[in-house]
Amino acid sequence: MNGEAEYALKKTDFRSWFMGKLLMGMSWPEYMRSLVTPFNVVAGAVLAVGLPVIAVRFLFGLESVTHASYEYPWGLLLGWGLFGGVPLSATGFVMATMYYIFGFKAYKPLVRLGVLTGFMGYLFAVLYLLVDLGRPWRIYYPMVVQFGTASVLFLVAWHVATYLTVQFLEFSTTILEWLRARRVRLWAVRITIAMTIAGIILSTLHQSALGAMFLLAPGKLHPLWYSSYIPQLFLISSVYAALAMVIAVSTLVARYLRGATDETYRGNLDRLTLGLGKGAVAAMYVYFAMKLVAVAHADLWGALLTPYGYWYLLEILGFVLAPALVLTYGVKAASALAVRFGAFWAVMGILVNRLNVSIVAFNWNLPHHIEHIVPPWTEVAIVGALLTLHILIFRWIVNRMPVVREEPEYKEAH
Amino acid sequence: MKKDKGKGRSRGLSRRAFLGSMALAGGTAVLGHPKKAGGSENFTGYPGSYGMLTDLSLCVGCRSCEKACNEANDLPEPETPFTDSSVFDEERRTTPGVYTVVNRYETPGGKVVYRKIQCNHCMEPACASACPIHAYTKTPEGPVHYNEDLCFGCRYCMIACPFYVPTYDYESALEPKVEKCIMCLGRIRDGLKPACAAACPMGAVTFGRRDDLLKLARQRILRSPDTYVDHIYGEKEAGGLNWLYLSPVPFEQVGFPKDVPMQPPISYAKGFLAAVPSVFVIWPAFFGMLYAAVRHRENHETEKEGAGSEEVRK
Repeated sequence: MNGEAEYALKKTDFRSWFMGKLLMGMSWPEYMRSLVTPFNVVAGAVLAVGLPVIAVRFLFGLESVTHASYEYPWGLLLGWGLFGGVPLSATGFVMATMYYIFGFKAYKPLVRLGVLTGFMGYLFAVLYLLVDLGRPWRIYYPMVVQFGTASVLFLVAWHVATYLTVQFLEFSTTILEWLRARRVRLWAVRITIAMTIAGIILSTLHQSALGAMFLLAPGKLHPLWYSSYIPQLFLISSVYAALAMVIAVSTLVARYLRGATDETYRGNLDRLTLGLGKGAVAAMYVYFAMKLVAVAHADLWGALLTPYGYWYLLEILGFVLAPALVLTYGVKAASALAVRFGAFWAVMGILVNRLNVSIVAFNWNLPHHIEHIVPPWTEVAIVGALLTLHILIFRWIVNRMPVVREEPEYKEAH
Repeated sequence: MKKDKGKGRSRGLSRRAFLGSMALAGGTAVLGHPKKAGGSENFTGYPGSYGMLTDLSLCVGCRSCEKACNEANDLPEPETPFTDSSVFDEERRTTPGVYTVVNRYETPGGKVVYRKIQCNHCMEPACASACPIHAYTKTPEGPVHYNEDLCFGCRYCMIACPFYVPTYDYESALEPKVEKCIMCLGRIRDGLKPACAAACPMGAVTFGRRDDLLKLARQRILRSPDTYVDHIYGEKEAGGLNWLYLSPVPFEQVGFPKDVPMQPPISYAKGFLAAVPSVFVIWPAFFGMLYAAVRHRENHETEKEGAGSEEVRK
């Protein structure tokens, strides 16, 4: 009798826990109904196309879905997912450094958002890589089987793997608050500073290592993009990429996931956006200057007056200087709207740069290069599916866990 | 070199020499020669290693080398037979089942020149320095060896190779691998010539110690300066190749890739690689200090606020 009552109690406990944690307080039918939204319908359609294409890749090889050739072993999957995705995921290290090390305490409402964006970005960079890797089940080989210590990619592999772990630990306080695991959470809090410094080491190294990977291909990458400064350029641009990305993501969250935010988040967002904008624009001017230094150092002024030179100019004037000017205006005029506009533009600029380095300017002097720049639809479908999954999982977490709101029980406890 | 002795030493030696050269290079880079990072400390190949010399002026495009390579390496049957000269109508390249091809070029001077393509077996190979798992080994005998059991298919070697040589069987879903000329490593270890050199009826492909081949090439240029351009391709290209070439026409005219650097590609990344360990040491100290400084200031300020009276007393 007693046992039965206990069992019934446990059962209702679990039900309320499940409904509270996973269904956001709704019952199953309510929850299912809430899922039918225009966005979800589009997302479902993209997944319905993309996921089978991913299956085809694993059943019939890369040949069946990608453009990959002997001259062009890497395409959109890495250009977008890894080289584009990783700088935009510097959010975790930049926000954590600002907040925990430099002591910019006002940015507290955005720190967890930055860490989550970073963690998710890295996680998905690895997923893109797994789709592209010839034998993805051997992904741990550089860590366990044999060490190619002279390889820049060896560094990237180790750093991405360890940093993914670090970011998970950094984010774990949020998960533990959501699960109400007080004791474990205290342990997670204690290692925060160590994790943050580990994060700085790992990110600065592998953000620049992603650029350094191309140092090995002089003559293949167009001289305007092949620079001995490419590691520094990748690192500096990842800093402003992170700040712009936090502005962009926080804007989208405030707009589309308003229910997940609290008053502190919404009330401070404009002010913090301006502050982040100020930081981003400073880094952008440094980056712009470095780009010019790189051209001057290699004496490539003449190369600017070729078709590739025009494309280069479009990149640094249209996608670095122009958004930097918009951000400058936004900061000066205290217009959060202008800063947001500039931030989205700057994020686009990062993607343009990384795609230029990894695809457009790579093997630029081979015949039929243009054909290889345009990816097949199947590769686009894979990117679409992974991007959609990325957004869906991100939304799932933000809706449930205390990312852009404070849990009342843990106030002031960060 | 005695065959079995070389075999026994090959693994340990290669890795030790490689790491040694890396450490040396790192040292110089730190000491402030970023532009020439590792310049003089580059690994310049194993002394006494073997090489090949292709003399383009002697090649008649008979494709015996293609056939011999196909048989020696158990490669799949070709689509068109090796006697069919229609293959010269288009420029071909090596593929997973084809380790070497001969192409025909009609040069601006009106000369017809045939060129054999295969892996050049660089002395300090970019593929080997690119590989995060060290699946490539530069063997003391000369050939660059690839171990498919270690490869996870990232294809960074293909990005790094300045000669566009490694190929990849993209059709395979379960066991894709890189394929390229292996310079008949097994045959060399058995005391034989590589198959293409043994099969060439014109003596256009010569097997021997690299040092001897360089001398031979110089002699040929000296003896008939009108036949050859005054350049041994592979002596310096990409830091030196174990496969050398002589040509009667400028090398660009017969499809040799432009923009190949004269240093091994890894030398461009050595400065960066050397900086990595110092970041592990300096960053924690630097950012730890910053953290301490900020905390100190915060504590100081709260003390001030909390103990205003003490402030007055002072």
